[in-house]
Amino acid sequence: MSDQSKKKIVREIKVDLDKCIGCRACEVACSGFHASPKYSSFNPSRSRIRVVQDLVNDVYVPLRAGEYTAAECTGRQTFKIHGKQYSECNFCPASCPSRELFKEPDSGLPLKCDMCADEKMPMCVEVCRPGALTYEEREEERADEEPALGEVETGLKSLVHKYGAQKVMDTIARLSQND
Amino acid sequence: MRYAETGFNLEVDLSQGSVKRVPTDPKLTELHLGGQGTAARILWDRVPPETDPLSPDNLLIFSTGLLHGTPVPGANRTSVSTFSPLTGLYVNSLMGGWFGPELKFAGYDKIIISGEAPGLVYLYINNDRVEIRDASHLQGKGCQETATLLQKELKEPKLQVAAIGLAGENRVFQATIEHANSSASRHGVGAVMGAKRLKAIAVRGTKDVYVARAAELWKTCRGKYQEIYDNKNCGDPMAHDHNESFHVDNFAWGNARTRRKDYWNKEREEQWVGLWKEVRSRDSGCYNCPKDCHYTISYPGRHTYFLKCFNKLTYSMAAFEEIDFNYNILGLTSAYGMDGFSTPQVLAFAVELYEAGILTNEDLPDFPADGAARFFYLLDKVVRREGIGDVLADGVYRAARRIGKGAEEYDHNTTKKVEQVPLKLGVVNYPFFLMYCTGEKMNITQIEGSFPQAPIADPEKRRKFVENWSAAPERFKKWLLEWEPRKHMPIEASVNVCDWNEAMHYVDDAIGTCAWLSSFRGQFGGSPPYHLFNLPEIIALAAGIELDSDGLLEVSRRNRNLVRALNIRRGLRRDVEKPPEDHWKIRDPEMEQKHLDAYYEFKGWTNDGVPTRETLDRLKLEFVSEEFIRRGILTAGGGEETAAERA
Ligand code: SF4
Ligand code: SF4
Ligand code: SF4
Ligand code: SF4
Repeated sequence: MSDQSKKKIVREIKVDLDKCIGCRACEVACSGFHASPKYSSFNPSRSRIRVVQDLVNDVYVPLRAGEYTAAECTGRQTFKIHGKQYSECNFCPASCPSRELFKEPDSGLPLKCDMCADEKMPMCVEVCRPGALTYEEREEERADEEPALGEVETGLKSLVHKYGAQKVMDTIARLSQND
Repeated sequence: MRYAETGFNLEVDLSQGSVKRVPTDPKLTELHLGGQGTAARILWDRVPPETDPLSPDNLLIFSTGLLHGTPVPGANRTSVSTFSPLTGLYVNSLMGGWFGPELKFAGYDKIIISGEAPGLVYLYINNDRVEIRDASHLQGKGCQETATLLQKELKEPKLQVAAIGLAGENRVFQATIEHANSSASRHGVGAVMGAKRLKAIAVRGTKDVYVARAAELWKTCRGKYQEIYDNKNCGDPMAHDHNESFHVDNFAWGNARTRRKDYWNKEREEQWVGLWKEVRSRDSGCYNCPKDCHYTISYPGRHTYFLKCFNKLTYSMAAFEEIDFNYNILGLTSAYGMDGFSTPQVLAFAVELYEAGILTNEDLPDFPADGAARFFYLLDKVVRREGIGDVLADGVYRAARRIGKGAEEYDHNTTKKVEQVPLKLGVVNYPFFLMYCTGEKMNITQIEGSFPQAPIADPEKRRKFVENWSAAPERFKKWLLEWEPRKHMPIEASVNVCDWNEAMHYVDDAIGTCAWLSSFRGQFGGSPPYHLFNLPEIIALAAGIELDSDGLLEVSRRNRNLVRALNIRRGLRRDVEKPPEDHWKIRDPEMEQKHLDAYYEFKGWTNDGVPTRETLDRLKLEFVSEEFIRRGILTAGGGEETAAERA
């Protein structure tokens, strides 16, 4: 394997909490991007970025959905930053049973940010004119790693956790017969 | 499939305790677009003109705009339509924030509230699940606190709440409905909600909103974020400007009486900015808009609240106090839910009556000596409707008449019973004369906005303005170019200006776009993000309703005439179409009436301000003309003298 293949483009979205005005344009754009056909419907609760907002306590945290987790973590964390209290889970990107965030409202399946795969600039960043979100690409050395799970795989994995492998397989078998 | 709208209204009968999801007629959307347009239609059909605004028979309607929930940036203004206890007439009060879009995502275009609950309740909407719930634990709670408590209680951090405070519960006519960083503040809509014993509406929605032509609409919207963000002429400049000289030196202090021309100076600016830095905690925007017109204030001892627009000065100016007082008292009035335009004027009016000996120590026992303490004292009486507060809570106009003893003389700044912006000017300005007289909103900031308020003195600047004025139909460019300082425009121009200004507000109020991005901001810089020439396409792409500029204007006129008709049916006529008494020092009654004649003629109204049968029928409002004839407001043969004939 050549050295080249160990390099990887890391796509990163930086968040400046102080610049967020809570407009949720990021949610609008993300939900539209992932609608099918694209931009044919909008629904912030399908967005893979969510602004955790507590207006009177001045909490504005735009959060992108990360991995699905079958169980909540042990020992949640609260943060105090410049005297401001953030509640537990405020900075956690997990699609987790402890909360509604990052689940498809109809199916309850986990949502995960895919960096707007085929767009040069992530849509949430593009519409965030106040500058709370900015985008960066850089090259990083990487050890070999497993390919990332695709969306379907992530979804299936969560279903397996919820219903057990057998039930999921039975259902898939039944559905494919119907087709 | 319905695009942009959900096609359902939520009917809530608080007397019966029932809720119903009711499909709407898409034809009405084509005729009125939505927002206050369709709300006015419901009020026309269902609230007879004899209805007391505070009775169970009045309807309180929360409308999303047609574009709420679509990606059109800045479409988030919820309109609250009902009949006002202050004016006895129709009121449409608007609030920004996140409420309207959330309601759409819950699957409703409107909430139509009728009846009166037996005890204090709140309405919980979570998609299809709708419940009327006991709110006794929220009684007397501040508006912002109510929202926080409901978010906690229902375990819904994304819940959007619109709530009344103590003022609404006590049916004070200055009572607002507060939502997050915004409020529906006009003409006592909070009192109507209080009369229905509805403390709050809490909404959570997770459904989709569909748009007609996805790719094209997104392409248009995508560019708008940057455009709006960069456009210095839109949004609320007061939110970020620390030079307050325009308002404090030019607007009237006290009971809209006294100009203090040299009030502003560098030293004061430094003091004010110093305090602002201490109490301001955060800038915020509204749903899907890149501007940040609002900010939170955390004043010691007060619940955190959002500062809005001109509220930042009104209490200080009314009480002749420094800015600290304003931040302090706003902490209370925001919690009580009280309008920052009218409340300070009501309090200043009372102070003036006391100084004139019309109100005495008997009316105001232990009345303090200093301005700030007097305001706190009066506020407490008004919000509780206690003693003289019960009288003042009806607003300046009604209070003056209830108090008598010459108090009427001190009511010099109201139009159609509504306290106006405290402005006292020199020579009458005819477009403004017409807007004050005929505006159905009775608040000048919600009528003016597309055409500059005054001529641009420098011919070069004037030319430049006109060159870049993409929002204006051609004829206005000519009128502005020819408008010289200290000169009046031709009557025809003034009439057209009034018409265009208000027409753009009627557009916003149907589709839900924020006036700071369109109808109110064209006058500054002439480049609002939304205007007559780009909105038709946006509406077509989002809602699938094909329109051109003329078509959009026609909808706007239809809505405007329907609102007019609601008020005509409740008794409004020419005799009350007057500006505040001493708004201008130099008046010309004959010329003023000529303008009013010309405006009525232009509108197709009779000489008494009633839309004629032809006008109504042309706008497909036959049901209005039929009822006008039945009620004898118009005659079947159309024998009324029209403004045109008289002229
Ligand atoms: S678009 Fe930017 S400013 Fe607006 S809520 Fe999202 S992160 Fe915050
Ligand atoms: S959401 Fe909260 S509980 Fe769940 S994994 Fe994250 S921090 Fe742990
Ligand atoms: S990068 Fe794309 S997928 Fe990820 S949150 Fe932003 S808009 Fe959504
Ligand atoms: S322009 Fe200002 S008030 Fe209007 S929607 Fe945007 S942030 Fe809200």
